[in-house]
Amino acid sequence: MTATAGQSKRTRATGESFFSRIIRWILIAFFDAGAIWFIIQALTLGFDQIAIVLGIIVLMLNAIFLWPKAYPYRWMALGLSFMIMFTIYPMVFTLYVAFTNYGDGHLLTKNQALPLIEKITYLPEGAPSYTWTAFKSADGNYALWLVDAEGNTFLGKPGEPIAAARPGDPGIGEADAKGIPASIAGYERINALVAVTDQNLPEILFGAEGAGGVKITSPTTASALEQRFIYDPDNDLFVDQSNGDIYNNVHGTFTTKDGKTIKPGFREVVGFENFINFLTSPALRGPLVTILIWNFIFPAVSVLSTFALGLAIAIMYNDKDFPFKKVIRTLLLIPYTIPSVITILIWRGMFSPEFGIINRMIEPLFGWAPPWTTEAFWARAAILIVNLWLGFPYMMLITSGALQSIPGDLYEAATVDGASGWKRFTKITLPLLLVAVGPLLIASFIFNFNNFGLIYLFIGGGPPIAGASTQAGYTDILISYVYNLAFASGGRGVQYGFASAISLVLFILVGSITLVQYKFTNMWEEVSENV
Amino acid sequence: MSNQSQSFKRLTGSLTFQKRFSMTVRLIIALFLIAFAVFPVIWIVSASFDNSNSLATQNLIPVQAGIKNYQRLFNLDPQFRFGDLNYWRWLWNSIKVSGITTILNLSLTTMAAYAFSRLRFTGRVTVLKAILLIQVFPNLLALVAIYVIIFQFGEIIPALGLNTHAGLIMVYLGGSMGMNIWLMKGFLDTIPRAIDESGMVDGASHFQIFWTLLLPLLRPILVVIGILGFIGTYGDFLLARILLTDVDKYTLMVGLQIFTAGMFDKKWGVFAAGALIGALPIMITYLSLQDQIAGGLTAGAVKE
Repeated sequence: MTATAGQSKRTRATGESFFSRIIRWILIAFFDAGAIWFIIQALTLGFDQIAIVLGIIVLMLNAIFLWPKAYPYRWMALGLSFMIMFTIYPMVFTLYVAFTNYGDGHLLTKNQALPLIEKITYLPEGAPSYTWTAFKSADGNYALWLVDAEGNTFLGKPGEPIAAARPGDPGIGEADAKGIPASIAGYERINALVAVTDQNLPEILFGAEGAGGVKITSPTTASALEQRFIYDPDNDLFVDQSNGDIYNNVHGTFTTKDGKTIKPGFREVVGFENFINFLTSPALRGPLVTILIWNFIFPAVSVLSTFALGLAIAIMYNDKDFPFKKVIRTLLLIPYTIPSVITILIWRGMFSPEFGIINRMIEPLFGWAPPWTTEAFWARAAILIVNLWLGFPYMMLITSGALQSIPGDLYEAATVDGASGWKRFTKITLPLLLVAVGPLLIASFIFNFNNFGLIYLFIGGGPPIAGASTQAGYTDILISYVYNLAFASGGRGVQYGFASAISLVLFILVGSITLVQYKFTNMWEEVSENV
Repeated sequence: MSNQSQSFKRLTGSLTFQKRFSMTVRLIIALFLIAFAVFPVIWIVSASFDNSNSLATQNLIPVQAGIKNYQRLFNLDPQFRFGDLNYWRWLWNSIKVSGITTILNLSLTTMAAYAFSRLRFTGRVTVLKAILLIQVFPNLLALVAIYVIIFQFGEIIPALGLNTHAGLIMVYLGGSMGMNIWLMKGFLDTIPRAIDESGMVDGASHFQIFWTLLLPLLRPILVVIGILGFIGTYGDFLLARILLTDVDKYTLMVGLQIFTAGMFDKKWGVFAAGALIGALPIMITYLSLQDQIAGGLTAGAVKE
């Protein structure tokens, strides 16, 4: 039976009609053409890594769709591609960026930065100079007629190399009394007075970009610019042609001995600098220690408090014949049913120290109300209260489900043996419950470990930690700190490298907790048996 | 059997005083718990019907009751202008992004699960385990890398770059090959193979078996997983916040956040109206599906 099923499967996989095979090949060809175009674009823009990843994905897809034996993988080809691109590659990329200085001032790759630096020009003394006459086309483009000291004539247009030209050449009109053409095809000659007052003209670079281009430098002369920095690839340094200064490559910025730099800098591997930085720099280390400690307290207290309340509710209303059981459960479930972003913002309003309903209720009772947003302790307390509200219904759901799966005769036996209610709870209920919901508690811990939404939306990680060199607050957790470093720089500049270094630490922490969870639940063994 | 006799005993047994007392105490506790659970919702409903639109003066029963906040939310009140408020657009963006993500996600995972459940091939166990292992590292943590990747995509094809819904959906799909595959594979494994074999005898291809025989059986589960997935994407904040920069491209969750910029207390009522409209459909769906959800939550952990 199994043998015939296997055989028929094989024929099914390969037994494709001629027509559909042709269609498949045509589709693959189209896909490959598009993908190759995309990869070439990526390479020209200097996105080498993304091109490599795409190349791997394209090869994989081709193998899957062309090789009959890989037929089963066709069922998951797209999902695998997305997984490689947006889950695996980001991890590898994070690993790489964590060891670079990627960030403001170092956003480009070296290959992108070098040509930009080489395009910087200066006007040397004694550079070839020309007298000029300007021409303008109907749609606002300019051209320049140049005459050098020896009387040779040239035509310059922006973006095209300066070319020798003579009046009477194709497209160029006959010379007037001064030897300048009256017209150039597509362009009108501008009156010299108008040209001198034209604000655009001195800004335009005529000729190809970089050295050799010509700019108007005075009402009568135009001069050729020369490349200012010349790269020495053997020593990885730039020499300033205007004064002979030497710029060495210091961690992705070309710098002189006395500290002058050339912009743009570029991204370079800096080794463990990011990690060493937050271990040694007091301004960085201070907030990081505070954040790290809170990052463990916050999920731990959240899981314990929500679990305790959820379990208490589940036990209290576990009786099948408890009155209004269904109504109570439905009403208690409400916090779980509202998108958390919305409820966090509602709580933010209610916890507002000046106007919020919570302090408006507390103030008359005690004559004092907690400063929920300005003091670290109260801000943390408020966040834990909100998270208790957000999380207990989930715990209620999972624990009441698990309670029902504990066999009733265990309790009967314990009662016969004279065990008290508390004993039955600690010796039977809790251990069996933890086996069932333990993995979910760990998952909940991990979720809260990275609960960016709550931290960010409630008070944006505040109140701020004084003296921190980066934006950091007392309720910030690592992931919101990473967000601040990378996206909410507030004038300090984005620091992708540093942010990725912390992400990497997060990966390791979260990953090891999850692996412990797998171990704890024997998930790995179970998976190996059941597949 | 023992269960039945137990509940029978419970029904016939008279309620002693002690039982009655404990039940009353538990009911009172329940009232407090319900107050804690429901208060923010009642408070926000009240705020949305309070024309004063102010956090500071709001009472449980609105003094100036009315629907002005809803008019303000939809830009119908000429005296109220607030930034780039574009509520319907945000709601539509959310529904669009979540809807497309959910459908694609379900298609990708169900098809992959079919292969894992029904076909035997080299690397099958390795890939399944790899998916489980990669699940250990949520792609959300690589937010910087994802931002850069989407930025680079946008430099090549602007329609897939930053500030596009397509880019956001792609990132969501990147995380789709996870637990859901295991879940779907588990469901598929419970469907008897005899059904497939009846199709094979008739000469159906794998795709025909999947499409015409198995998919109809999976439909109820797909609906529940789909709804949960939709709600999950609908409620996502971080990725949408990073990747969408234009107010018109915002999803509802990102859009609602801009109420908190500046004077939150002066826009409280309008925010309340927007929050309610955004939350109610989800709330109703959840509550009507609560039994299935409770079942699904424990499915992975509780062994029958």
